[in-house]
Amino acid sequence: MRFLLELFTSFFKIGAFTFGGGHAMVPLIQKEVVDEKEWIEAEDFVDILALAQTAPGPVAANTSVFVGYKLAGVPGAVWALAGTILPSFIVILVVAMYFAKITDSIVINAAFSGIRPAVVALVASAAINIGKTALRDLKGVGISVLAFLAVAVAGIHPIPVILGSAALGYVFFKDDKISGLNNQAD
Amino acid sequence: MIPLMEKEIIQANKWLSMKEFVDIIAIAEVTPGPIAVNSATYVGYKMAGVWGAAFATIGVVLPSFVIVISLASLFLKYKDAPAVKAISKGLRAAVTAMIASAAFSMAKASLIDVQGIVIVGLVIFGIFKMKIHPIICIFLAAVLGIALWGGMMLVPGL
Repeated sequence: MRFLLELFTSFFKIGAFTFGGGHAMVPLIQKEVVDEKEWIEAEDFVDILALAQTAPGPVAANTSVFVGYKLAGVPGAVWALAGTILPSFIVILVVAMYFAKITDSIVINAAFSGIRPAVVALVASAAINIGKTALRDLKGVGISVLAFLAVAVAGIHPIPVILGSAALGYVFFKDDKISGLNNQAD
Repeated sequence: MIPLMEKEIIQANKWLSMKEFVDIIAIAEVTPGPIAVNSATYVGYKMAGVWGAAFATIGVVLPSFVIVISLASLFLKYKDAPAVKAISKGLRAAVTAMIASAAFSMAKASLIDVQGIVIVGLVIFGIFKMKIHPIICIFLAAVLGIALWGGMMLVPGL
């Protein structure tokens, strides 16, 4: 029970400071569960993100469900998800009740003019961190560049691109005799 | 998810007008949390109060909750199988690309002035060189935003 509460508190903190949608949560989750609490290995976190992106629904919610499930089964998933969405639930209720005109506020708009570029930088830094963990050889870099071009330049939906990358991964890596990503890099 | 919500909420059920829906998306963007979840909470509250908000929020996360748990248990069970290992190397490469392209599309939408580009540089420096916590970076950026843009927005016509 104590661990479940700790899990809840961690995700509550993450949920309370994620502005700008799903991907903005990735750097915060990574900082908390990989760097600070050391609950999840960097490589396992990348796998979790991969599945969170493939499943339907918000990436941030999916990631917290997977992390919670891996650490403490279904109760862990429930507490992590509750922590993630409760801050926004409370804030939205308060806004809906009292501050429906919040988007007209000069101060709020000015603050978000600063927050938006900061979130861009945070998400870019998450991409760099994840790239360092995930891309260990030329084949991986090749898949990554192709996937980036497909989504960012050609405008293809992420799901087919992710499935295509999985297929390429199978073709490229199925004959690798070395078991882990680690062994390969060392 | 937003196009789906638009179809369901405005066109199919006529719960909200298009203008209300645009306002809700704007509010969902300035409040923490995933935009789809925030919009569901707001629409639920408008239609049926606090209980409406609770049920709409649960409704929007429940399907993915079930799917993620099923995927997670399958993955954790078979992750050492050679085929799964090979596939997951492809997936890891794709994840890097997805996060990078999220950063790219956010940059296209929000980096429209010099101050913004300066903030991006400062935050990257803060994260990698000074190891500042991301939450602190968000705080500092909000303060900088008020300092840099606050005065400008007070002047009409700018």
